[in-house]
Amino acid sequence: MSEETLREFLRGMLLIRRFEERVEERFRAGELPGFLHVAIGQEAVAVGVCSAMDDGDIFASTHRAHGHTLARGTHPNAVMAELYGKVEGCCHGYGGSMHLYDVERGNYGANAVIGGGLPAVTGAGLAFKLRGEPRVAVAFFGDGATNIGTFHESLNLAQLWKTKTVFVCENNHWAESTPGWQHSPVWDDMSKRALAYDMRSLKVDGQDVEAVHEAAREALEHARSGDGPVFLDVETYRMHGHYIGDPQVYRSREDRQEAADHDPITRLRERLALTDDEFDTFDAEAIRVVDEALSFAQNGTDPAPEDALKNVYA
Amino acid sequence: MPELTYREAVRDGLAAAMRADESVFVMGEDIAEMGGSMGVTQGLLEEFGAERVRNTPISEMAIVGAGIGAAMAGMRPVVEIMYEDFLTLSLEQIVNQAAKHRYMSGGQVTVPLTIRTQGGAGWSPGAQHAQQLEAWLVHIPGLKVVYPSTPEDVRGLLWTSIYDDNPVIVFEHRLLYPVKGEVPEQLDPIPFGKARVVREGTDVTVIAIGPLVHRTLEAAKEAEAAGISVEVVDPRTLQPLDEETLVASVKKTNRAVVAHEAVTRMGFGAEVAAVLQYQAFDYLDAPIERVGARFAPLAFAPVMEQYVVPGPADVLAAIRRAVGR
Repeated sequence: MSEETLREFLRGMLLIRRFEERVEERFRAGELPGFLHVAIGQEAVAVGVCSAMDDGDIFASTHRAHGHTLARGTHPNAVMAELYGKVEGCCHGYGGSMHLYDVERGNYGANAVIGGGLPAVTGAGLAFKLRGEPRVAVAFFGDGATNIGTFHESLNLAQLWKTKTVFVCENNHWAESTPGWQHSPVWDDMSKRALAYDMRSLKVDGQDVEAVHEAAREALEHARSGDGPVFLDVETYRMHGHYIGDPQVYRSREDRQEAADHDPITRLRERLALTDDEFDTFDAEAIRVVDEALSFAQNGTDPAPEDALKNVYA
Repeated sequence: MPELTYREAVRDGLAAAMRADESVFVMGEDIAEMGGSMGVTQGLLEEFGAERVRNTPISEMAIVGAGIGAAMAGMRPVVEIMYEDFLTLSLEQIVNQAAKHRYMSGGQVTVPLTIRTQGGAGWSPGAQHAQQLEAWLVHIPGLKVVYPSTPEDVRGLLWTSIYDDNPVIVFEHRLLYPVKGEVPEQLDPIPFGKARVVREGTDVTVIAIGPLVHRTLEAAKEAEAAGISVEVVDPRTLQPLDEETLVASVKKTNRAVVAHEAVTRMGFGAEVAAVLQYQAFDYLDAPIERVGARFAPLAFAPVMEQYVVPGPADVLAAIRRAVGR
């Protein structure tokens, strides 16, 4: 992979990191309504997978959706404004952090019900197959979702019908506060879930953006060709709590340190052998974009209260 | 005009929609070779092939959810949930996903999905194969709910459901499938939100849905013999609801009965009664009577089942209470 591409990935990952750090800060300051989940530590998954998608591909995300949305090209201003509940947001204030959509860029919705989006991604992959379109539908979800019924029904149906679908399991080893070993008998090898449905799986180190990108490209091409869905088993780390303000009383100091030691941005920086100056230049650019987004959102327009009655029906 | 059974009318509506538009396809449990557990989809596999008439695993969440995704991706899927009791398995997908995508996306997404299901008592299937759950879904903003009572209505409303850009739940009733009725030569789409005055009368209005339309017509005949003139109105679509027609009828007759097979308490009739008392308060000469199932699950033994489910005699009794004679 070219150095230029990897530098592009670093820009993308830094944008997500600084964006999430900033919304975390503003959330703690009491500026943001609702509640907030960040995916700090998982940026390489978002950038690696989203950069491998083609125009026309679609995806469904989770309650941790900022990264996927930004990585697929939604303007940070539109994402930030949505988090502030403004008309200028990517869902005009109807969605919020956990329900980011941007249909133009293939984002068919972040879902706040664990596993809630998996059947739809299967159905979209079926639609692409029925119409003979070279498009793929991608589902992001965490290891916690592998225990819910929609996951099993979707994997079974997708493999049975060979839908054009890729299932991206971001295994950060935590289902909210419950560690993998407490919630799944196969927590350390989620590909066994795919095996049960005779589905092709690829295992990848989710902190290595280049590896994620290459595995995602392989998975997408396989699905695109009509040979069937792929389960992308991505090992990653959640560096923060489940939600902002989560004291993580359930998590040891060692576990948190281990996550910090696997920062995908540090890893890419080392891989690129960037000098401090070079890195700071990238970082300053990310911070500038986020600052702009913040100011855009803070100065955004509140929806008219009665607009709550719009968009209920088509 | 040709005569079709309710079952044939559903099939005819499905086939017509599938002929008209490649994006319409059907999926559900046992709907292909077997033609559905109620025989509704018989012959569709032969005409349209296995790509568009898809047998599914027993996976209600995935059936509905895959329908949602295919709809969002530009198809017009019609999914069948074999019994509305099993609709409960897919409620997460219906309530949190299908009903909400358009809203949460700020209008970016449409979900033109039709969910057909059926239920109803009267043949001793017991407590898990006979419930009437339409009230659960009328309560959810973002869904449309249809409950046709005749072959003509089910064919015309099914067409409208399939071509509506919103998720629509179509309730059919097991005992209605063999009911015959005349239908127009050409399929005539029926708009949502238009009630049908099934029978004109002057003394009392019975607003009935599904099988209760037929049971009410039986009751109305007996009432007629007793000198009571009954108007019967079928809303046909529960959401959107044609309040105007219902209210106009009650303003004319000054008395109202609401009737459905679902449990009376918190049933759809409660909402209709609320609409009537608010919009026609000064016209009402008697309390609004409600007819529905008693507050119990459905028992297996036929005598107990019949005791719980409302029949023509229950409607007649309500009519008599309303008119006071």
